[in-house]
Order: sequence, then C-alpha cells, then structure tokens
Amino acid sequence: MTAYVIRRLLWMIPLLWAVITITFILMHSVEGGPFDRERELPAPVVNALNKKYGLDKPVFSVDVWNSQYGQYVGDITPLKFDFPPFKSPDLGVSFRNSDQSVADLIRQGFWVSFQLGVLAFFFAVVVGMTLGSISALNHNGPIDYAGVFFSTAGASMPNFILAAFLIIIFSVELGWTDVLGWGGPAFHDAWNPAAWNLRKVVLPVVALGVLPAAYFARITRASMLEVLGQDYIRTARSKGLSEWVVIMRHTVKNAMVPILTVMGPYLAYLITGSFLIEHTFSIPGVGRRFVESVVVRDYGMIMGTIVFYTVFIAFINLIVDVLYAVVDPRIRYG
Amino acid sequence: MAQAEAIADLGFEETIQRRQRGLWSDALRRLIKNRLALVALVLLVAIATLAILSNYVDAVQLHDPRTQVYTEVRQPPTWDHPFGTDNLGRDNWARVMQGLLISLEVGFGVQVLVLTIGILVGGTAALGGKALDNIMMRITDIAYAFPDLLFIILLRSALQGRDLGVVSGRTQDILLMIFAIGFVAWVTIARLIRGQMLSLKERDFVIAARAMGAPQWQIVFRHMLPNTLGPVIVAVVFGIPLAMFAEATLGFIGIGLQPPTASLGILISDGYHYIQSHVWMVVFPAGTLATLMLCFTFLGDGMRDALDPRGR
Repeated sequence: MTAYVIRRLLWMIPLLWAVITITFILMHSVEGGPFDRERELPAPVVNALNKKYGLDKPVFSVDVWNSQYGQYVGDITPLKFDFPPFKSPDLGVSFRNSDQSVADLIRQGFWVSFQLGVLAFFFAVVVGMTLGSISALNHNGPIDYAGVFFSTAGASMPNFILAAFLIIIFSVELGWTDVLGWGGPAFHDAWNPAAWNLRKVVLPVVALGVLPAAYFARITRASMLEVLGQDYIRTARSKGLSEWVVIMRHTVKNAMVPILTVMGPYLAYLITGSFLIEHTFSIPGVGRRFVESVVVRDYGMIMGTIVFYTVFIAFINLIVDVLYAVVDPRIRYG
Repeated sequence: MAQAEAIADLGFEETIQRRQRGLWSDALRRLIKNRLALVALVLLVAIATLAILSNYVDAVQLHDPRTQVYTEVRQPPTWDHPFGTDNLGRDNWARVMQGLLISLEVGFGVQVLVLTIGILVGGTAALGGKALDNIMMRITDIAYAFPDLLFIILLRSALQGRDLGVVSGRTQDILLMIFAIGFVAWVTIARLIRGQMLSLKERDFVIAARAMGAPQWQIVFRHMLPNTLGPVIVAVVFGIPLAMFAEATLGFIGIGLQPPTASLGILISDGYHYIQSHVWMVVFPAGTLATLMLCFTFLGDGMRDALDPRGR
C-alpha cells in the first residue's frame, strides 16, 4: 500500500510537467497578449510591461532557462541550487489584478468555491439518498416512477438552465432570494451564523447540487433494491424485526458501499466544476476568475488555476482510491 | 431419430423452429417496449426534422434569424413570433431553431471525432502490444488529469478564429468548436474500447478465428469491433448531450460561436440580461436545450437497458 501511494505521488510529477507544457503551448497560442487594450497602449509602455513580467523573452527556446517556459517551470519546482534545497513553489503574479500574487488570488477564490462545492455536496447527499431510499421502498409504485423521472431529468439538466428557472421563480417572482452575489462568510468567520447571508447562498447551492442529487438518488435506489432482494433481509424480516430496524440497520448500512465510492469524485467535481454557477450568480470563486483570465490572457492566472486544480483532483483521486481499499478489504493495490 | 419424429408429431416443430433473434433485433424489441425511450426517440426525430426544415426550407421559416426589426424589440410571444423577439428585434423562434441545429451538429460532430480518436487510441492500446499500450494509457492519463471544462475553455480560446483553409464562415467556426470539445472528450471512449477489446481478445470466438488462420485485420474488423459496439453506442448517445452542454457552456460564458450566429448557449446568456423584465427571452432557449438533453438521456438509458438486459 505504501509503495502504491509513493508510486502514485511520483507519477504526479511527470503528469504535472505534461499538463504545464500543454497548457503553456495552448495559452500562448491564444491570439493577443495580456496588455492589449481597446485603446492601444504606447509601444514603450508595452515594452516596459513585457520586460517587467519577463514576456520579452521567447516563449520556448533552446536556451531553456532564458525562455518564459523554463522560467515558469523553474519557479514552480520546489527545489533550488542552495542549502536547504527546498523553496515554496512560486506561481507568479497576476498581470491583470494589480500585481497580486496568483497564489493569493487562488486562495481567496478557492475558499468561496470550496464553500459552494461542499454545501452543494451535502445538499446532494441528503436529498439524493432520501429520494433514492423512498424510491426503492416504493418499488414500481407511482412514487418510485416520480423519483426515477426526477433523477433522470435532474441528471440531464444543465445547471445554468436550472439556475435560470430558479432565479425566475424565487428571485423575480417571489422575491425570496437575491439574484447575484455570494453570502458565505470570510474564512475566520465560518462558524459564525450571523456571517451567512442565506438570501445569497441557497439558490447557487441548490442549482449546483441538483445534478449530483439526481445521480446519488439513482445509485441509492439501485443499491437499495439489490440489498432488499438479499436473503439476509428476508431472514431479518422473518425473525420478526420491525420494518424500521430492517431498513435502517440491515438495508441502508449495506447499501452505502457503492454510494460511498461515487461520492469522492463528485466532491472534487463539485468543488472544481462550479464555475458556471459562479458565472451565473457572479460569485467570486476560482472558476469565474479563470474564465476572466482566459479572456484577457492573464497567463499567470491561467497556469496557476490549471496547475492548482490538476494537483487538487489528483490528490482527491488518490485519497479516494486509498479509502476504497480501507472500506473494502477485497481491493488490493500491487 | 425416432424421438425427433415423435416430437414433430406432437406439434413442437413450430416452437423449435422459432425465428432466431439476433442481438440487434432483440435490443430493438426491448427499446420499443421502453415507453419513455420510445417517446424520447420520436420527439428527437421530430425536433431534428423541425430544426433542419426551418433552417433550409424558406416556406417553413417565418423570419430570418439575422433580420433586425427595430420597431419590434423585446416583444412577448405572439402568433407571428411564437418565442417573442430579442433586444435587436430578431425573431427568437428562428434563432432558437438555428441554435437547435447547431447543438445537433456539435453533438454529433463531437461524437464522430471522439469515436475516431477513441478507436485509434483504444484499439492501438489493446492490440499493439505492451509498449504501445503503456504509451497510449499514459497519454489518456494525462488527458484525464486536466480539469475538463477548464481545458475545453482554454482549447476553445486557442482555436477560436483560426483559419483551417478548408471551409470558411460558420462551418469553420462550428468545426473549430467540435475540435475544442472533441479533443477533451475522447478519454472515456478510448478507455472503454481498450477494455472491451482486451477482454474480447481472450474470448473463445476470437481465439477460434485466430486458430483458423484469419488475418489480423479481419479478426479486428469482423469479429472484435462489432462486439464492442453495444457499450460504445450507449456511451456515444450519452456523450451527445454532454457535448451539447459543453457548447452551450462556451456560448454562455462568451467564447462561443461568432455572432450573429445564435447557439442555444448564447441565446440563454443574452436572455439572462433581461431575466427580471423579459422572462421569455431566457425561458424558450433554456427549455429547448433542456428538452433536447433530456431526450438524449432517456434514449441512452433505454438503449443501455436494451443492449445489456443484465445490467438493470
């Protein structure tokens, strides 16, 4: 197991290098530069800016350390020719956000994306598992069909469309919620209920959470149905246990395993994939910043976001794989 | 012998000589029995026909999607404009129809590209020996490591406005869009085909074909590829709404097709600006895209159940 984890961690290095290289090529093939404005800046200004950010060097060059690519890879590698040979990786500065460091911008954005993703995840787990269980317990009845319809429909509804309908109903018609913005607290205020503005939290969370809720409902239903057909459930019923005990202790517990296995990837997906919702509700998360930075060719932000999310997803996947082996002793990694 | 005659005498002949059903006719029968999938299929054919007709046949097209009538700006739905008009006085019905066709083109186009790459990469990995398998799988690992939608956004901006030199105008724009989405979306299919082929390689009928001296290409194309089709078709049907979603997403965040071409994502994005005052501008394109994606999902569900009855 330890060897497996170490191998996976080492494999991340070439993976990250490939991701950086491909992103670098793509990013620089986007037409225009970060200092193109509608009103053209004077040439000396552009030259000075390019020099300041090292953009006067060639993108790629045989003289690797004198190219932008070599510079970036060197900056991001947490090693140096000195003692001790470690430094913290440097993601550079954002050209378009008044020279704030990319790491800081991602940290601020990620806190928002993280809250949104985690809340949507909990919403999805609670709603999805409840619906799936109710569906399974009313197998082939009208409630079951309604549940199946919801789970298929919800799983194929683009979340920005759902967001549109939610906004129309709850913000425009009923006026219960706000149309724009995010009402989550600052990092140090996370446990202070007064810091939450629910008018700005509920809609984005629901809009983001319905798709995974539908998916969880589907899996819960299938898994519950399978367990309900097992011999030990019949045994439990025949020895006179109450239906409540049969369902809570014997069915739900055993039906949890396949549900748990899909939860990990979905948590990562919700945290990293919320940018459409962020765009729709003008929420200052990582995703919205990324879209902005692609449009204005803010090279540092583009690279930083992709690198950060690649590492984040790779780590979540690794943790999930390790947890599988812990939960299910039949799985072994060689 | 005598026994067989006795059975024939008993009138069992007909049951024994029942027409053999193949995998496909069997699957089709099960698909038709699935009412939801059948409704989705019929609806899809109707929508596709409508989209093609209203884009290419003048008699069906009430208005041109590009004509701006400044005296009829932001009109609510009427008989003349069933979906109302937009902020430049263009007919929303015509624009939704155009967007519908684009969604369908992108959805199918992406799947063609994805299948090509998937078969090439997956097939090479499964059949090309250990070294090639390793290389191909490392490449898929790298493609898989990218955050999907972020990569599509980046690829789209890198490709946007490029000149392919083969076609021009809207066709080229749509083609570039298909490339941007397809180059990210092929990983699942490639892995699926590799897995299928690896397991097929060890199956008795393939070993038998090899033992009888069939050439490699014949084994691959006649015996293995047709047997991978079931799961691949299901994956393709599920892939179509995902590609449509990706295209709509790009349009929605402002790096979609060039205006004045209206894709559904662009229409939804435009409608958002008027969501508080002119609700229908976002409702109709959003409803159309949702219906389209819903139909493909129901159809895919039905096809999966039909092709793999044990998988329920």
